Amino acid sequence: MNFDPSLQLPAVFDITHLVLSGIAIILLILLALKPSKNTHTDVTLNPAISSETPDKAIPLKEPAVNESVIKSTSPDSALQFLSLLQQEARMIDFIYENISEYSDEEVGAAARIVHEGSLKAINEYFTLMPIREEEEGSRLTLQDGFNASEIRLTGKVVGSAPFSGTLIHRGWRAQEVKLPKISEGHDVTIIAAAEVEL
Amino acid sequence: MSRYSIGIDLGTTHCVVSFVDLENEGSTAIEDEIKQEILLLPQLASLGSVEEKAQLPSFLYQYHESEVAPDDLALPWDRRPDKLVGELARSLGSKTPIRLISSAKSWLCHGGVDRRSAFLPLDAPEEVEKMSPFDVTMTYLEHIKAAWNQHFYENPIEEQEVTITVPASFDPAARELTAEAARSSGMKNLTLLEEPQAAVYSWIHQAGDAWRDQVSVGDIVLVVDIGGGTTDLSLIAVTEEEGNLGLNRVAVGDHILLGGDNMDLALAYCIKSKLAKQGKKLQAWQVLALTHSCRDAKEGLLADSTVDVVPLVVPSRGSKLIGGTLRSELTRAEVESVLVDGFFPKVDVSELPVQTARGALTKLGLPYAQDAGVTRHLAAFLTKQVDALNNLAGFEPVTGAFIQPTAILFNGGVLKAPVLAERVLGIINSWLDTEDAKPARLLDGADLDLSVAKGAAYYGYVRRGKGVRIRGGIANAYYIGVESAMPAIPGIEIPMQALCVAPFGMEEGSSVTMQGEELGLVVGEPVRFRFYGSATRRDDQPGNLLEDWDEGELEELPEIQATLPVEGLSSGEVVPVYLAAAVTEVGTLRLEAVAVKGDERWNVELDVRENEK
Repeated sequence: MNFDPSLQLPAVFDITHLVLSGIAIILLILLALKPSKNTHTDVTLNPAISSETPDKAIPLKEPAVNESVIKSTSPDSALQFLSLLQQEARMIDFIYENISEYSDEEVGAAARIVHEGSLKAINEYFTLMPIREEEEGSRLTLQDGFNASEIRLTGKVVGSAPFSGTLIHRGWRAQEVKLPKISEGHDVTIIAAAEVEL
Repeated sequence: MSRYSIGIDLGTTHCVVSFVDLENEGSTAIEDEIKQEILLLPQLASLGSVEEKAQLPSFLYQYHESEVAPDDLALPWDRRPDKLVGELARSLGSKTPIRLISSAKSWLCHGGVDRRSAFLPLDAPEEVEKMSPFDVTMTYLEHIKAAWNQHFYENPIEEQEVTITVPASFDPAARELTAEAARSSGMKNLTLLEEPQAAVYSWIHQAGDAWRDQVSVGDIVLVVDIGGGTTDLSLIAVTEEEGNLGLNRVAVGDHILLGGDNMDLALAYCIKSKLAKQGKKLQAWQVLALTHSCRDAKEGLLADSTVDVVPLVVPSRGSKLIGGTLRSELTRAEVESVLVDGFFPKVDVSELPVQTARGALTKLGLPYAQDAGVTRHLAAFLTKQVDALNNLAGFEPVTGAFIQPTAILFNGGVLKAPVLAERVLGIINSWLDTEDAKPARLLDGADLDLSVAKGAAYYGYVRRGKGVRIRGGIANAYYIGVESAMPAIPGIEIPMQALCVAPFGMEEGSSVTMQGEELGLVVGEPVRFRFYGSATRRDDQPGNLLEDWDEGELEELPEIQATLPVEGLSSGEVVPVYLAAAVTEVGTLRLEAVAVKGDERWNVELDVRENEK
């Protein structure tokens, strides 16, 4: 499955796809999340080192990988964010439901909960900004030395900078992450506790 | 000397803390140069997760041991608090209401209960630990103190100037309890400030020097503060003092338990009955969830006049989200009829709030306003206070049927909605129009959510003699009940007379004595007096004895009590005393019994423990 919404835009942009593209964005954020210690949650991300795409270019036959180049991420903040999305937006419930059983109208009603909640959670814990301010579809020129992790070139990638092209997607950058502090000993693997009414 | 002036808005539904660094003023020290900040309050947002928020929801939750994992309650300053307050308290309480305490502030001003006895949460099962409104208030203050002291460990709150806001309509006992709770939390340099006044201070600070251009001598500013739980009204007259503009708070309204929460609930019930017509019956938790989604939908509709329908969804509680979700919608027409016409009806200024006699078997509960019409309460206030300007130099007595405000300042989250703000302004102006008066103008630029806390912090700066200070003193005259000297007639209650003990407008730091009026107190036996307040009798002097008064002029408050200790006196002895009243620098009323012979003084308790109820 491809998570890049700009490549798989459906012809009819109905609410299900809207939600799916929203989820794709959220998962991208999750991927881009810099691992952070529990005790240190207010971080301003450095865009240059935030990308953590699963990189197949690293040769598998070299076990002595330089530690500072490849780092393992702590799952804590990812689990914490999943939990927040479940709490605010019922995200996990929604993803694991078989939506083919329901009409668009029913899915749409649930999508509102997911949309409103996700928006609330993301606005509360992240400050997201587009990377490029220009209108999508407009022409722009990239000078030599542009940041390749900020801007991805596609299509006829030949020659050398300056490059001229059309802005397809403005991109997103997390300027600030402000996740709640987790108490020592809190079990982050519990995304949502089971609920028993007495 | 304290470095910061801290303002605490101890609200019915939220607490907010603001502060001003007094040392960091600009060298020229003009008003708009001081920097105002909001203290972010760390609190548990969900189990195991601490967030810093500008607002601390005023909710307390008595958790059950099996309800939480041992490590999930840690706060930065407390590994395991034994009570939960704030966001988590509210969310846990929405699912387990028997353990939730809310509206403690309204209980603190409820004269019909003993405010120090532990009875909250009301109707909770035996094993849930009960707390008094006083203790709950103190718990919130302790949380605020811990948050401050953790952040500013070099300048602990105990050494700073603290201003706590109270509704203008708080009775003397509720003010005293608030002050005592703060003192018990270690806040020694304490002042109380009325919330509508705090809103005015915040507006002055926000407007900077320009505030003097927005009002002028002769203006009568009506402050309308509609918060989550209460509606608070005040009138402030603009006078001239030695060539400068002066502000005088001339009247305050009654304690009206009516606010934004009532409005959300009303919308939820409107949707509930709509769903009932479709054959869908709602469970209690669904109504609660509906109330939350109605709040959001209402805000959406009120903020954007192009939207006509906002869908409402109540998610299922189980993990099946799509199948179990309940759907409905809130339309503009519903908001208009339920909120605008229901809470802000177009009425004549002569209309009074509807009062129905409560049944004799009413359950113990908060005295919520019976009439939801805010505009009727407003009309009643303006009519009742028609004589508010009589004693003020430079103002002609009002000849019409009501006092005519020339400017209006709004406060409280409800009035953030332009539709509601315009409605209130429109109705007041329609009243003014009937008396051929000029329409009142809106003083804008106020931050309706945070201005009370901000104004309170700014007040600490004003108290240092910088900037204009609102004068006014106490907004009531106080009386004790004295039985008339007449022969007993069977079946007829001895008529009560009212002895004025504190005059209207008595200022902070002043005192009066009733030396001519001697009373006899019995040593060792608590002696109770009936106690009255009047928001309209401005001319009574201390020692004046009223034989009769008009209906509604005097309002009976909870009884007060004097107990002479046996030490040094013989039990049963009658000691002649006279009363002395003072308004403390903190802003509370103090009554004392003074021995006629000698100068011993005994405190008269304003907050008396009830033996029954």
